[in-house]
Amino acid sequence: MGRPVAIIGTGQTKHGNRRDVSYPELVREAVKAAFEDSGITPKDIDGVVSGTMPSMMEGIGMTQFYLGDAMAAVGKPILKTETCGSTGMSIAHTAYYWVCSGEADMVLAVGHEKMREGESQAVMSSCFDPFYQKYFTSGAPGIFAMQCQDWATRYNIPEEKVRDAAALLSVINRDNALDNPYAHIKRKVTVEDVKKSPIISYPIRLLDVCPNSDGTCAVIFASEEKAKKIGTKAAWVKGVAYRGEEYNFGDGDKVEWQSAIQCAKQAYEQAGITHPRKELDLVEIYNPFTFQELLIFECFGFSERGKACDDILNGFYNRDGELPCDRSGGVLCTNPIGAAGLIRVAEAAMQVTGKAQDRQVEGARLALSHALGGVMQFNGLMILGSEL
Amino acid sequence: MSKKEYKTFDFELSLPYRLAYGPTWTRFFEGLQEEKIFGTKCHQCNRVLVPARSFCPQCFVDIDDWVQVSNEGTLVTWALISFEFYNQPKKPPYAAGLIKLDGADVSMFHLVDGFDMNDLDKVKETLPIGRRVKAVWSEEKKGHILDIKYFQPI
Ligand SMILES: [Zn+2]
Repeated sequence: MGRPVAIIGTGQTKHGNRRDVSYPELVREAVKAAFEDSGITPKDIDGVVSGTMPSMMEGIGMTQFYLGDAMAAVGKPILKTETCGSTGMSIAHTAYYWVCSGEADMVLAVGHEKMREGESQAVMSSCFDPFYQKYFTSGAPGIFAMQCQDWATRYNIPEEKVRDAAALLSVINRDNALDNPYAHIKRKVTVEDVKKSPIISYPIRLLDVCPNSDGTCAVIFASEEKAKKIGTKAAWVKGVAYRGEEYNFGDGDKVEWQSAIQCAKQAYEQAGITHPRKELDLVEIYNPFTFQELLIFECFGFSERGKACDDILNGFYNRDGELPCDRSGGVLCTNPIGAAGLIRVAEAAMQVTGKAQDRQVEGARLALSHALGGVMQFNGLMILGSEL
Repeated sequence: MSKKEYKTFDFELSLPYRLAYGPTWTRFFEGLQEEKIFGTKCHQCNRVLVPARSFCPQCFVDIDDWVQVSNEGTLVTWALISFEFYNQPKKPPYAAGLIKLDGADVSMFHLVDGFDMNDLDKVKETLPIGRRVKAVWSEEKKGHILDIKYFQPI
């Protein structure tokens, strides 16, 4: 894995409807918070990585021009990384590789989106080719619904059980968000509320789905030498993996989902994890849709195949369960897309450094963060630990 | 967050494009105009890929072994779209699905239609996973993916 890399600070905006600030102001809010958290200043940074999904979300094609100033990039190299929904994770990876390579000692990673300034579904439909996929993929819930039905059928999971498990998962995430000062949607709901909310795309209902959020996340990566010199509690990168699969949705199997399975395998090998279900203390899954999070639990080896519903119903993923999931409330409650993957990394880093305040998982030492993107085309992971 | 409402700037972008199909997709879409669905077969992994490709994404070799696949196939999975959003092919409710055509080794997206969509229970009854479906063609064909009007359960 090359030389060790640490996360020495994170910053987030209050996510949600942020019409109170311009886009650069929104970005700078998180960047300033990351500098304050790490105790360093912009002059200490060797490079900046930024990303959004996609740039045209806010009608401005080259966001790194417009937002560079707000990312303290003046006089520094800047890179942009975009991989659809997994953009935030890819930004973290880019910053990690930069420091790992030895070409930089401290890199600022910034994921940002102001989804409420454009027509998000229209912009996202521009991510697909107009030849053969666009008409059937525009409006993300449809493809997630297809993946869910394929999964439930494959493992003969009764419809009522899948529904109950997904509803409970929605409740768990939404309860978790109540403890997160940065979260967008903070509303207590019951299992019955979820099950009675309007159908978006069967079996997905309104309360199974993430919101459109404005928000930014900033994370500072540092070499071992710099991290030790600065001396604040650091989160150490233990595993980094990313996998893509074919563009045509129908080419791959989205249940025995290879990009998810293979990238978890690689990240576990790097981190020396043999029993993720037992060894991880918490997970921050990229979970825009409840049903898909259940499937991911299985692809990542936390739950046996076809058994994620049983685990969730038995409290395994509760905040006080054996493997708390998305103690932040996840993407389900906060979704500034270009930032959403990096928020998973930041939340995992906060957990293993004991900085997660009201949402702190007691004694957290090893945390997994995840993001996915494309039409189920990409999966990426970063595993963080409290010790080098 | 401040209670004061600050100014907003409203604008729209409309950008014209002309995208090249290239030889493989030109042939595939011209095939649809003749009510024929073509795939290309990879000589390395022996898979028939639909829609047709000029190369296999797994083996990364050029492929130009054309195969006409059936207009009938199996429903791999589906979704009933109940809400309206930008750039939809039609007004909800409608169903979209993944269809594995006989003779193909991968599936393709399309609409599933030709039955009553207004009652969810009836839709579920009509569309068990694995249901056989058949292409229904549009009357006016333009060499476009929607030359297949939809796939209908048989
Ligand atoms: Zn091949």
